Amino acid sequence: MEIARKFKNQFSNVPMFGWLLGFLAAVLVEFFLGYDYISLVLGLPKIPVLFGTLVILKNPIMIPSIIAYDIIVYIIPILIVTKFTVSMTNKIATALEKTPIWLSTIIHLALFYGIMHLWAGINDYRILVIKLTMVSIILTISINVINGYQGEFSCSHPGFMAVGAYVSSILTLLLFVNDKMFGTALLPSALGPWLFPFILIIGGFAAALSSLLVAIPSFRTRGDYLAIISLAFMFIVKSAIENMDFIGGARGMSSQPDYASLPVIFCWTILTIWIVHNFVTSIMGKALNAVRDDEAASESMTVKTKKTKIIAFMFGAFWAGIAGGLFAHVLRFINPGTFSIQRLAEILAMVYFGGLNSIVGSIVGAVSISVLGEALRPLELFKWIIIPLILIFVMIYRPYGLISFKEINVKKLFRSKNK
Amino acid sequence: MDYFLQNLINALQWGSFYAVISIGYSMVYGVLMVFNFAHGDIFMIGTYIGFAIATLFITLFSSFLPAWVIFVAVVVITMFLASWVGVFVEVAGYRPLRQAPRASAAITGLMIGIIFETGILIFLGAKRLSFPPLMESVAYNIGGVYFTNVKVMVIVISLFLMLALNFLIQKTKWGMAMRAMSYDFLAVPLMGVSINIIAPLTFAIGAGLASVAGILYGQAYPILDPYMGILVGWKAFVAAILGGRGSIKGAAMAGYLLGFIEIFVAMVFPSTFRDLIAYSIILLILTYRPRGFFGMEHSAKLRL
Repeated sequence: MEIARKFKNQFSNVPMFGWLLGFLAAVLVEFFLGYDYISLVLGLPKIPVLFGTLVILKNPIMIPSIIAYDIIVYIIPILIVTKFTVSMTNKIATALEKTPIWLSTIIHLALFYGIMHLWAGINDYRILVIKLTMVSIILTISINVINGYQGEFSCSHPGFMAVGAYVSSILTLLLFVNDKMFGTALLPSALGPWLFPFILIIGGFAAALSSLLVAIPSFRTRGDYLAIISLAFMFIVKSAIENMDFIGGARGMSSQPDYASLPVIFCWTILTIWIVHNFVTSIMGKALNAVRDDEAASESMTVKTKKTKIIAFMFGAFWAGIAGGLFAHVLRFINPGTFSIQRLAEILAMVYFGGLNSIVGSIVGAVSISVLGEALRPLELFKWIIIPLILIFVMIYRPYGLISFKEINVKKLFRSKNK
Repeated sequence: MDYFLQNLINALQWGSFYAVISIGYSMVYGVLMVFNFAHGDIFMIGTYIGFAIATLFITLFSSFLPAWVIFVAVVVITMFLASWVGVFVEVAGYRPLRQAPRASAAITGLMIGIIFETGILIFLGAKRLSFPPLMESVAYNIGGVYFTNVKVMVIVISLFLMLALNFLIQKTKWGMAMRAMSYDFLAVPLMGVSINIIAPLTFAIGAGLASVAGILYGQAYPILDPYMGILVGWKAFVAAILGGRGSIKGAAMAGYLLGFIEIFVAMVFPSTFRDLIAYSIILLILTYRPRGFFGMEHSAKLRL
């Protein structure tokens, strides 16, 4: 405990910018020295992908070299750089405080993206993990709008996701790809990446429209019965897609173009966080909370409950559709089975693990469950015992999730830490 | 006409599974107001327990005991063992969360279900086991309608179980305690009815019924696999809610309705349309009857 306190005192004056610089240094060390020097000397076959968790679980003899690798590559550079640049980074942070908040946020995010890009650039597996994690973040935030802020128990998210995924896949395959399902491309494929955002948005709108099927019954039905309606909606979407042979039926669709690159998904994730945050802190967002806490009282206080419910569902479904479209273009293969009960269990686990009514909570939940899922992959089946157990303990000790009903102030986060 | 009657018998059999399983959901939901999402997997575990007991008994006693004795013994012992699975789920997953929001309890149930599936997969491997027949299958043909004694047995035993349960709920003191608890689970514990006894009992009865459904299912469709509980379980869950909160009668009716819809849709349309039409009908019913068939207004807040 004494050591921990000393450690905390030593590093309490490092601002966010300093930590980012430290991580940048660590990633640069790994990028330039990781393979040639460090991992070869330590006897590792290649650079450990997820901080060595995969290697440790597969081959416990490697534990000392993995720990050594993590210390040399990550911990030492981070500590040294943050410690020795602390006066400089504090000056930079003070200077950034004087700039508008959007500018300093963009600078921090750009730095963060650079770190992530370098880290993921080492191999394709890291890129895939990061992409899927960010898609999960979008998905979790979008379900939090309905389950957390609006307070319904919606089971329909895999359905919304499927609508978005299929609509955007159909559009990209139809417009930009020569394939056997839709024939020759209608537009030159060079336009593809530029029109991809619009295609995603169309997919999102399609998902939002489909959500009316759940939103309109929610005028009369609440709680448990609405949960069943949304569950029925999910099965209807899955079954309907299975019966549409012109989009592949149960076999699914493949060979979507590779438009969902790392920067594209990163931009969409940031956009989602920003827009959803603005939405839930707006008057409309407060109305969502009011309807959740007491429908009759909010109705008498001039909140239009029907409009609020429709907007909440359509808004959540829109972002779920976007996430679905990105998901389809990351994996480049979808079939109806992808969007079934297992996906629902995963989404619900993420949102209830992270915390209701909180965007930070959603991010924490999505990142922890997806990274945990990847890190425990070598355990194969036992993974599906460990993750549920963790979730049960979280539910027992923190029934609303890890970080619920709380947000982090961005301005405070970036503040300089001069004493 | 023959074709219709044939399908009617199939639908009755298929609906019986849904009805018996959904009663377990409905009881837990009625008494404690929580979703027992682990119930589908309790059904699966019950089937595996039944499989183990049946295999054991057939190898040990089939030489000198008549088949019906073995059958009754298997059903009774399986019910007893499986009800402890229900008690375990209540004590481990639901009791610590009684004050928590109900959605958290539902998530816990879901996770316990996943643990059950994975546990079975780890212990028994991915190979599919086949349930030993507990009685010789005899096919009858009455006026062009074929049916086996297994089908008749499934229907008769399910009806018997429902009537027995109805007796338990309506006529005994335990049943009265359960009904009181479903009326108001906050005030009744203050009147000397312990929720820590009634809640596990409810789970146990549901699990026992599910395990009998599992044995019958194993007689009709003898292939076991660890994920068999998911599809049947979620459909039974839908049936339980469709029947109305806490209504045993409603759950049974909705279970049969679901069975009828599925079989008769497959009779008219290609069988891939089964889920599409079944769930569309459910969505319509709940849109126009938001409380299910027999659901009542109640004071407690129905919020997750």
